[in-house]
Amino acid sequence: MDWDLLHRAVTTIGKGVGTTLTLASVSLALGFCLGLGLAVMRISGNRLLSGFAEYYSAVFRGTPLLVQLFLFYYGLGQFDFVRENPILWWVIGGGMHCAIMALALNTAAYTSEILRGGLMSVPVGLIEAAKAAGMSRALRFRRIEFPLAIRQALPAYGNEMVLVIKGTSLASTITVLEITGYAKRLMSQTYAIFEVFTIAGIFYLLINAALIFAIRRIENRLTSPGR
Amino acid sequence: MHFGLMQLWEGGWVGAILRGASVTILVGIGAMLLGLTIGIACGLIKWARVVPLNWLVDIYTTVVRGVPELLIIYLLFFSSVEFVARIGTAFGWAGLAETGYPFLIGIIAIGAISGSYATEVVRGALAAIPNGHIEAARALGMPRTRIFRRIILPQMLRIAAPGVNNVWQATMKDTALISVVGLQELMRTAFVGAGSTRNPFIFYLVAGVVYLAITFVSQSGFKRAERALVLKGRT
Repeated sequence: MDWDLLHRAVTTIGKGVGTTLTLASVSLALGFCLGLGLAVMRISGNRLLSGFAEYYSAVFRGTPLLVQLFLFYYGLGQFDFVRENPILWWVIGGGMHCAIMALALNTAAYTSEILRGGLMSVPVGLIEAAKAAGMSRALRFRRIEFPLAIRQALPAYGNEMVLVIKGTSLASTITVLEITGYAKRLMSQTYAIFEVFTIAGIFYLLINAALIFAIRRIENRLTSPGR
Repeated sequence: MHFGLMQLWEGGWVGAILRGASVTILVGIGAMLLGLTIGIACGLIKWARVVPLNWLVDIYTTVVRGVPELLIIYLLFFSSVEFVARIGTAFGWAGLAETGYPFLIGIIAIGAISGSYATEVVRGALAAIPNGHIEAARALGMPRTRIFRRIILPQMLRIAAPGVNNVWQATMKDTALISVVGLQELMRTAFVGAGSTRNPFIFYLVAGVVYLAITFVSQSGFKRAERALVLKGRT
């Protein structure tokens, strides 16, 4: 065992943990809002809205995240009007912003499917009772449908969160230095392939274990008082 | 504004993309077959709780499902490529590391990943088989191999079909990651085309459309297979 190398690997790769967590948390937050909007569009009676949401989710779930990432980063960066528009260039131009956008749009598609399943599992009787009690549409959604749907969807959403953490590693392909990016750079400096990637893998495993533990606790908290 | 559609046609890129797509499909099918083999073996071990082995399977599924796919590919590829190149040179086949090797490592890496997901699908399907069916078969005096073939396997396949479909979709998309170690599949072809024509938008768009087409075609095939499995069960 080369302790110096291990120490160097842990400290170098550890520098990427913050970036990985930022990528994951910002894109999860954006993706959740988008996904919730898409799920509501999907179950709304409007054919145009539900059709759009359905195609959106089919396209983003049917293509690899890597293709989406490269299409946004290299593909859109090719156009002059994108480069000259300051807002668009702020989103597309930097690897970090672009990765967050691609991850958010990608996870929004999966989140919309998960939340749709949750919303559809809410018993019709409860919604009718809320209507009969004179609740407005927004109040009904906030107090009745959304809390019940999220309780139902939480285990599946936890899996999706793990997938997003894993997906952040693709940001290293567009020059973002997160855990995988630092690991790859360190590998080309030291040639200690096995040690470097094992340590990077342990970082991801720890993040995911902490995430799963947190989700389990929230699940227990949400289910126990009702029963 | 030109999108480079003409360049795509004139440069012979259409043929290159189709060749890339066929490599993608081959890697996908190979990885899926490996993944299903791993999944059935490990799923059975987990379901039957074969004591020392099921701990190993637990470690395998936890690690592979908790670590990014890209990292697994990097680890498997970079840690072995030099060794393989040396062997290839020793046997007078210096090009081994450039041609066949990324293909092989792609199937192994993606197969190991889809195997970990397939394990959970198979285990879930096995757990969903009512215990009474197996007990009834045992009471009738069926030998164990026949119980497996006649009672467990057909029900498992039917219950596992939607899950296997999900694993296939994920496997197909994961094959795009092999492009980072240089296999000339669909994504890599798009990458090379984007670089040499300086029209990345059209190349990645076309790649995306081809992936979508593969998804839709295989999806309708799976729907038919699922329907066939269900109908057979009901008659």
